[in-house]
Amino acid sequence: MKITINNQKIAVKEGQTILEVARQNKIDIPTLCYHSDLTIQASCRLCLVEIEGRPGLYTSCSTKVEDGLVVKTESENIARARKINLELLFAQHREECADCIYHGRCQALKICRQLKGKINGFTDRKKDKPTFKFGPALEFDSSKCIDCRLCVDMCHRQGIDFLELEYHDGLYEVVPSKDPKKDCIYCGQCLMHCPVGAFEGVGEYEAIEKPLQEEGKTVVFQFAPSIRTTIGEEFGMPYGSVVTGHLFAGIHALGAKAFDTSIAADVTTVEEAKELVERLEKKEPLPMFTSCCPGWVKFCEFYYPEFIPNLTTVRSPHMIMGGLIKTYWAQKEGLDPKNIIVVSIMPCLAKKYDITREELWLDKGALKPVDYVLTTREFAQLLRKRKINLKEVKPEEPVAPFPLPTGAGVIYGASGGVMESALRTAYEKITGKTLPQLEFKNVRGLQGVKKAVVDIAGRKLKVAVVNGTINARKILAELKIDPHAYDYIEVMACLGGCIGGGGQPVPVNEEIRQQRAASLYQVDEKSVIRCAHNSPFVKNLYQEYFNNQDNIKKICHTTFKKKNKEVNR
Amino acid sequence: MNLDLIQKIAQVNLLGRGGAAFPTAKKWEMVKNEPGKQKYVICNVSEGEPKVYKDGYILENYPQELISGILLAMKTIGGSAKGFLYLRKDYYQKYQEKFLKIIGSAPIEIFCEPGGYLGGDESAACEAIEGRCTEPRQKPPYPTQKGLWGCPTLINNAETLYYVDKIFKNSYKNTRLYSVNGNVEKSGVYEFNVDLTIAQVLKENCNFPKIDFFVQVGGGASGRILLANELDQPVSGAGSITVYDQKKTDPYQLMQEWSEFFVRENCDKCTPCREGTLRIREMVAKKKLEVKVLQDLFFVLEQTSFCSLGKSVPTPFYDLLTKVMGIKL
Repeated sequence: MKITINNQKIAVKEGQTILEVARQNKIDIPTLCYHSDLTIQASCRLCLVEIEGRPGLYTSCSTKVEDGLVVKTESENIARARKINLELLFAQHREECADCIYHGRCQALKICRQLKGKINGFTDRKKDKPTFKFGPALEFDSSKCIDCRLCVDMCHRQGIDFLELEYHDGLYEVVPSKDPKKDCIYCGQCLMHCPVGAFEGVGEYEAIEKPLQEEGKTVVFQFAPSIRTTIGEEFGMPYGSVVTGHLFAGIHALGAKAFDTSIAADVTTVEEAKELVERLEKKEPLPMFTSCCPGWVKFCEFYYPEFIPNLTTVRSPHMIMGGLIKTYWAQKEGLDPKNIIVVSIMPCLAKKYDITREELWLDKGALKPVDYVLTTREFAQLLRKRKINLKEVKPEEPVAPFPLPTGAGVIYGASGGVMESALRTAYEKITGKTLPQLEFKNVRGLQGVKKAVVDIAGRKLKVAVVNGTINARKILAELKIDPHAYDYIEVMACLGGCIGGGGQPVPVNEEIRQQRAASLYQVDEKSVIRCAHNSPFVKNLYQEYFNNQDNIKKICHTTFKKKNKEVNR
Repeated sequence: MNLDLIQKIAQVNLLGRGGAAFPTAKKWEMVKNEPGKQKYVICNVSEGEPKVYKDGYILENYPQELISGILLAMKTIGGSAKGFLYLRKDYYQKYQEKFLKIIGSAPIEIFCEPGGYLGGDESAACEAIEGRCTEPRQKPPYPTQKGLWGCPTLINNAETLYYVDKIFKNSYKNTRLYSVNGNVEKSGVYEFNVDLTIAQVLKENCNFPKIDFFVQVGGGASGRILLANELDQPVSGAGSITVYDQKKTDPYQLMQEWSEFFVRENCDKCTPCREGTLRIREMVAKKKLEVKVLQDLFFVLEQTSFCSLGKSVPTPFYDLLTKVMGIKL
């Protein structure tokens, strides 16, 4: 099958849309309401094209190819219609360009320049619309919303339906739900899929300098496993660029200490493998769920509290790291933990919520393991503000006592990584033998649900790896029918795991997530040590500090509780 | 000659009476030829256009004939067809009990339309019955191919199905129902020959105005505006004629009513319709019409709206502005 676009003959497959074909062939068609992850909205009416022999204009995002179609993507009529519609869209959007997650990469402005349109062709009709705050994690500024409804679709695809349409004076508007049975889990996938930056993290970007403004404190930044393959995008580097050394250098340039959270991921792995083995021996409560994703934890606590006993009690890596910094490291350095500020650079908005959970605070609330969470985007903005270009800094090495992590600690950032790391360690724990093949390829990849049976010394371990909370619903439904369907389940709320998290650079799509994840696995492959329990740091830590159960319990474990609706309006 | 029902419908050239005038026989043929065990028939009684009352008139006076028309459609399209009587909310409240009795054990479900004007759109009706937001679907596929729950679905206006029953009984006399109202002596629903001109319909019933007037034809919101010297043509759309006193009618008030209607009744999905109708309303309310802006808005509404509601918005405004108010657009 062939079609012609702007005199160019192109071979196409049935089912493709004109837009898909055009983009594959580098023919630019402007869109705002199109996202390859989501349902075709066909609502912005910018991707208009002409089709020979048919009257009028067609939206290329929703028009399927047919053999012999002759398409024009540029004409006077097309340009006029696109420009008017774009100006109508801008009439809904209160511009706040200096403080926008798309800084410099705004699609709407780019299209506007191409079409020579005006951003103020009409008065901003939404300028007095409210901002809704979703807990300590994110905000929705409805004065910027262009009604594309991608966020509503995304929230629906997460199985949450917290964002919905409400009818006011003849208009449907996107609002957070008042339904007591629906609550935000802070995954931030709405933000990642909003084309105009109507969502942002709490404090993004007005509070990014706060951690550095506290006087007389030692400031420690730790960065999550996934950050090393995503933050480069914020500085114009190619997708999947590995910038671990740059991160150390960038943090040092801020005058702060820099630690790699992956180090603590190795601790999480060791503890989690230990817990898994214990649960397998006791045969309960099984299956065990991972709990390092705070979006998933909130989801479980709010929607499925009956599964709380199944969550591993092991804390997420940045919490363990924060705890270690304020106890183990503070002792080594002779510092008063009260004078240490820990900042986590996270791919995640739910981590902003995570640090407010009292059950994670130490010494009965006197000591918070982590004081601030900055997202990847926020940290990039902080560097830019301090004129530090991550692309140009000379990469640096980590400093003792927190050396390089294992490969296992790095792959935490991709869906399946926690599972794979834990399996590497659990295998050796159970069998006493070295794994012949370290890679568990069937738990890797971006598909929403991955299932595998792992043979550990004759015992068939049934595992599932899930990303996207709607897929968690499917697995939980399966468990309600057959409680023994699985032994161990990893859940990440965001698409693709942390590399697609709500704190990551925008835009994002399947290809970008793929490249971010692939680079993490490459780091693992190149690592000399690839199993958490073989980490010299971990071994040393268990000899020096985790030689008593109290310390382990305090730093590494937590509790969960049933949650009522938190985000009201 | 023994013709089947579709052939009979084709022979009398029955056109859809919901407003779009699509050949009924052709639509039936399409659904009939579509493979699939499960098929559906929806009798559309959304009647969302203001000043159109003919479907309500059928519900009141010819319920038996209407149900008979639905059953004939179900039988003709094949498969194990199920029927829906898709009623506007007030019609539902008024006629539900009456129809329950008539339907008895036949596989026809009475459905109360949740939405307004847009609920009359074929694909939006499918969305509504499936329990989703009343919004139009992307076409193709058309409901004849994939309608309710992905099954071939025949959607006909109530008047169309009423006449199908007459065609089946060989008593169809090439007539249709006209809603005549506004500044007339005797407003009401009348049955006349389909070929009558607007002037003839008005004259037939001594409704022809003696004042200076203009009419809106085919629907009280999206219908065309015609002057007294333009009435030598058949009635289009949903078959309504609304007469306006040229001297006493405030065109701004009329446009205000239309724009309120469109702002309220559209689904707010696509940019031109959501934003365009709002901006028209804004300008009309301020009585400050900017020709260039109106031209732009009409252009994108007509050319780029998602569904036919948006595409039809400029029609009455354009007519009124150019013909009655003498504004050059």
